[in-house]
Amino acid sequence: MSTLTDPPQEQFRLSMLVNDTRYRSLTFQAIAAILLALSIWYLGNNLIQNLRAAGLNISYDFLGNPAGYDINQRLVEYDNQDSHGRAALVGILNTLLVAFLACITATIFGVIAGVLRLSNNWLVSKLMAVYVEIFRNIPVLIWIIIIFTIMTAALPGPRAFRGETPDASMVLDLFAFTNRGVYIPMPWFESGIFASAAMNWLLVLAVLVGSLLVTRKIEAWATLKQEATGERPKTLAMVLGVWLVPFLLLMVIMGLSWEIPALKGFNFQGGIKIGGPLIALWFALSIYTGAFIAENVRAGIQAISKGQTEAAAALGLRPGRIMNLVILPQALRVIIPPLISQYLNITKNSSLAIAVGYADITATLGGITLNQTGRAIECVLLLMLFYLTASLVISMVMNIYNASVKLKER
Amino acid sequence: MSDKTSDSIAFVAKGTIPPSPPPASQAGVVKWLRDNLFSSVPNGILTLVALTVIYLVLQKTLPWLYNGVWTTTSLNACREVLDGKVGACFSVLTERWHQLLYGFKYPAEFYWRPNLALVLLLVAVAPVLFFDLPRKMLIFTGLYPFIAFWLIWGGTIMAPIIALLGFVVGGAVFQIYGRGSFAAGFFGGIAAALIIWALGGMLIPEGASENAMLQAVPSRDLGGFMLNLMLGVTCVSLSLPLGIALALGRQSDMPLIKWMCVIFIEFVRGVPLITLLFVASVMLAYFFPPDATVDLFLRVVIMITMFSAAYIAEVIRGGLAALPKGQYEAADSLGLDYPQAMRLIILPQALKISIPGIVNVAVGLFKDTTLVSVISMFDLVGMIRGPILASTEWNGVYWELLGFAALLFFVVCYGISQYSQWLERRLATDHR
Repeated sequence: MSTLTDPPQEQFRLSMLVNDTRYRSLTFQAIAAILLALSIWYLGNNLIQNLRAAGLNISYDFLGNPAGYDINQRLVEYDNQDSHGRAALVGILNTLLVAFLACITATIFGVIAGVLRLSNNWLVSKLMAVYVEIFRNIPVLIWIIIIFTIMTAALPGPRAFRGETPDASMVLDLFAFTNRGVYIPMPWFESGIFASAAMNWLLVLAVLVGSLLVTRKIEAWATLKQEATGERPKTLAMVLGVWLVPFLLLMVIMGLSWEIPALKGFNFQGGIKIGGPLIALWFALSIYTGAFIAENVRAGIQAISKGQTEAAAALGLRPGRIMNLVILPQALRVIIPPLISQYLNITKNSSLAIAVGYADITATLGGITLNQTGRAIECVLLLMLFYLTASLVISMVMNIYNASVKLKER
Repeated sequence: MSDKTSDSIAFVAKGTIPPSPPPASQAGVVKWLRDNLFSSVPNGILTLVALTVIYLVLQKTLPWLYNGVWTTTSLNACREVLDGKVGACFSVLTERWHQLLYGFKYPAEFYWRPNLALVLLLVAVAPVLFFDLPRKMLIFTGLYPFIAFWLIWGGTIMAPIIALLGFVVGGAVFQIYGRGSFAAGFFGGIAAALIIWALGGMLIPEGASENAMLQAVPSRDLGGFMLNLMLGVTCVSLSLPLGIALALGRQSDMPLIKWMCVIFIEFVRGVPLITLLFVASVMLAYFFPPDATVDLFLRVVIMITMFSAAYIAEVIRGGLAALPKGQYEAADSLGLDYPQAMRLIILPQALKISIPGIVNVAVGLFKDTTLVSVISMFDLVGMIRGPILASTEWNGVYWELLGFAALLFFVVCYGISQYSQWLERRLATDHR
């Protein structure tokens, strides 16, 4: 009769570090940690030695020194006696400006092209296919340069607007397209409530936000009413009133007027000047990214099965409402995640500004400041930090939006 | 009765009546036009708008293309030939053809070397792209990087041979020891390759490149479209294995490795390629040993490879996540260990799902190689914006040059994406 014996006492052997799954992952992680530490030590050591050899140190003091260069396109006050830090701030605002503008227009281009590509009009859908293929397959840098060349080489100089029979004339006497930039009329207030223009604009913004909130209240009330009685009250007149009346009233009180650009001396004066580089970058980024967004929109709409359209039609919905109530809410769930990455791409591609001399953060901090001060490591690190933060913030905001339109399931 | 009916009816058709043609509005061109272009009023308006756009574009470009001048030597001469007509000066392309393709410093007598490398490249990628070709051709694909390096850079043939030898010995060690334990074979292989390279490096005599069979060309002399192609091909092929490793690392259940991969991927994806190129041009030199001079081309290759590896890793992670969990469990239940499961079960399926994404990354990366012109490397765009437009002969010829660059990139990128669609259809194993 055999008896069961206790299993042999397990002893730790060195080979278990590799062969036993309980310890193996620890072994690998220890090796990885050692390799990581070694490489950091090696790179850091090289860095210290190289810096010592070059007589440099890591310091961010240069941000306080006078920059000494001018920036044409700027959103805040700046002159060449301001510090490098201030120049970087101007650059950051310029990056955000062009990224913001390009995100809006790229979405518009993309949605239009994506929807038209699905049109049952053969010519239009083929034309959109050609647009998408051409713009997706040629580098954005080439597009930026092409549009910048159109801006500088094909548009007339301010001189052409001069004389009895000028070669060029202003569009509608309001807009001037010159090779130095585009001049558009600038709104301003004759009798503003506040002394500073910025405060007046903030007031306008506040009024608009107020209108938006009231509108949403009205819509919510209408929905409640509809759910209770089955009849949706007509809200269009109320909504229009809420938007227009306070806004127009404010405009009349503050005396809105327009400053129209005019040729004075060698150049146009007055109005808002949008520099050629900004327009080139803005337009090229929107039209290039628009082609990608068009593909996302098309894929999103095609992902919704035909049964959905047919079911909605069977319920008696009109084509417009089918799109609004049935197709788009579902398609948006497919479209938004790739749209987020397109917005991120726009922000990152706006760094190509340096190729056309638009003073964004890459051109100020990573370009002129870097070359003037020779602080390569600090500048590049700050540059990366900015883009990293911008990317994270954009993806966070868009993810919140994505979560709000996501299918609610348990 | 029956005879009566035949009498009472005056006429009975003997055969069937031939079908009458459909109404003119329901057949042929007219029907097609009605269905596809003018099905409703808004559609008709859209069609007219589209036709106007097409007409305007063609009206501008066709005479410009048709009147193009191909044989002058400067812009002024070209304008004289055109004599006020609208027309393109394509002669800038013919006159600067070699500069556009090879850059302005690559020795003219050696143009056959990159040309040969390009032809061999086509041969080398053929078996990778088309599975029907004999598998033996893959041997040449394995040899190709060393041949191409030797052809383009020239210099002593010892360097590529020793590099190749390192890979061969490392592979052999992996074959022998990798059967027992993957880790032993893997690290043993790397160690063996490193030893060979270190030993071989000592073997190359000083100044071996001076009187080599192919004269050495320094990499700062590379340029033109050749540079774009080289960067694109090198970086995509290097970043594939790196991207797979990063994707697997991100899926790993070892926290340290997982977080290393996550931080790397998110960091690289969060910054624009330009900043990484700045790192390559002004910052990376600080991280190499003081006496090492790593040339700009290599530094740029390192940074672009890191960049595309992060994107490829995300694509492959998507493929890994798309596999049903049953595949992982089935591999485990067969008793396969991790490397076997990945190699035999998971990766073949995950990579197949990721092909469209990988191709997108590759196309995007190839387009992004134009960015090196910002850090004053003379690739195609750099050549156009630098030496050619700045020259006195061709100052002001924008559209011909930019159009040519756009056309080259379009042909390559469109070709790649068409290939990817073919491959997707080819690999589709689900029957729909």
